[in-house]
Amino acid sequence: MAYSKKVLEHYENPRNVGSMDAKKQEVGTGLVGAPECGDVMRLQIEVDPETHVIKDAKFKTFGCGSAIASSSLATEWLKNKTIDEAMTIDNMDIVEELALPPVKIHCSVLAEDAIKAAIQDYRKKNGLPELELEAKIVH
Amino acid sequence: MLKLPIYLDNSSTTPVDPRVLEAMIPYYTEHFGNAASRSHPFGWSAEDAVDHAREQVARLINATEKEIIFTSGATEGDNLAMKGVFDMYSRKGNHIITVTTEHKAVLDTGKHIEKMGGEVTYLKVDNQGNIDLKELEAAITDKTILVSIMYANNEMGTIHPIREIADIVHKKGALLFTDATQAVGKIPVDVIADGIDLMTFTAHKMYGPKGVGALYVRRKNPRVKVTAQLDGGGHERGMRSGTLNVPGIVGFGKAAELAMQEMHQDAERLSALRDKLENALLGLEEAYVNGNPNSRLPHLTNISFKYVEGEGLMMAFKDIAVSSGSACTSASLEPSYVLKALGLGDDLAHSSIRFSLGRFTTEEQIDFTIDHVKTAVTKLREMSPLWEMFKEGIDLDTIEWAEH
Repeated sequence: MAYSKKVLEHYENPRNVGSMDAKKQEVGTGLVGAPECGDVMRLQIEVDPETHVIKDAKFKTFGCGSAIASSSLATEWLKNKTIDEAMTIDNMDIVEELALPPVKIHCSVLAEDAIKAAIQDYRKKNGLPELELEAKIVH
Repeated sequence: MLKLPIYLDNSSTTPVDPRVLEAMIPYYTEHFGNAASRSHPFGWSAEDAVDHAREQVARLINATEKEIIFTSGATEGDNLAMKGVFDMYSRKGNHIITVTTEHKAVLDTGKHIEKMGGEVTYLKVDNQGNIDLKELEAAITDKTILVSIMYANNEMGTIHPIREIADIVHKKGALLFTDATQAVGKIPVDVIADGIDLMTFTAHKMYGPKGVGALYVRRKNPRVKVTAQLDGGGHERGMRSGTLNVPGIVGFGKAAELAMQEMHQDAERLSALRDKLENALLGLEEAYVNGNPNSRLPHLTNISFKYVEGEGLMMAFKDIAVSSGSACTSASLEPSYVLKALGLGDDLAHSSIRFSLGRFTTEEQIDFTIDHVKTAVTKLREMSPLWEMFKEGIDLDTIEWAEH
């Protein structure tokens, strides 16, 4: 299977690989996927408690090149967005940006889920009302 | 200079040996005749060439020429053997036994036979890919006409004890068919000593061309018959109609002759290189060999690198060509059914890489591969949340994963 240039570029030079201290108040962590399914993403955000702007984002991903590229791209997009703006990132934006083929759409869904899970985690920790997340069904 | 990329996927297909190609070329141009044309010298020389190749192929497996049916490859041989026996022996019974780790060409033929009213038993394997011979014996009934067990597995290289299997099968009055695609030309296969009744194999796994294979059909003790699955001119003693692929068959014959001469030295050299590769890669933490280390093909190793995903890993292998049991390569989301059948757990199955060496693999290539793989695994582990959790001592089984 041939990968798009953008997937390859993110795979070769992944942005924002790393970990944050999940216990910190201003850090939100989203861990999605399952080892059995062949992909697990952990996405973390550090949010300014005053403005709710995402100051930093990090990821680690177990998965194929498209999963790694999707999470790398997600961390780029998250920075400097408020947590409300970040909620509007749609998996299809990732599909389009990375030119993912249909068989890899689940990677983008996983990235969207990871973003939302990280934001939810942050909201819970900081006493913000929890959001109702609708599950995207792709499998 | 080392030429890149390096080919370590010889269990998928092998390059054609230049000596094989040389033998084939005249049969495209000068001696292009149809081997079935009895009325002129063009046909005669093609027929002579096919006869010679048939001898070369038969000799490699200790068969006689009349027991070799040329086919388009191993898949056709699987279909012809299984469907052909099912049709021919329908009065005796309708039960076939095979194994969950067989090639798709066997498993899907089994499914087809079930639709045609046959019954198929699929034997399970242990965590090294071995079948339980007692289970096999118990599964054979008076309706069992055929037992289909591969000689050596294509994904992890486990070699089945074909002689012992043959004894059990024959004691119970059934026939033994073996898909020996991965074994013939790589390790000694002797249809008499091994007690094989039918056997499929193919040229392109032994440095011959693609599109040509053979089905061995025993003619004595017992005389085995299969019902043809292709109707037509009655070639190959009525068992497989269709104009013979003369250049391909000539190449197959030459490849078989070379295998006979060089198999032992190839196997010795390749198993040393394989061991070197394997031992070096097992130096990485959390790397495991799949298959039976005491009974496996000499040129192959299948290794799971835990906490990295196979396809992601292969993407990092820019300069080596290997294959993976990972989900993504199959375009479905399921990891290798063969590795799952070993009870490996999907996480290990997703993390497996098959390295298969061949006649043209060099030590320099293996040294390069060792460095390349170590770098890639280390890089991907640094990116893997599972590796981080493992390193922190978190038991991944205690986490409630959101299965998707």
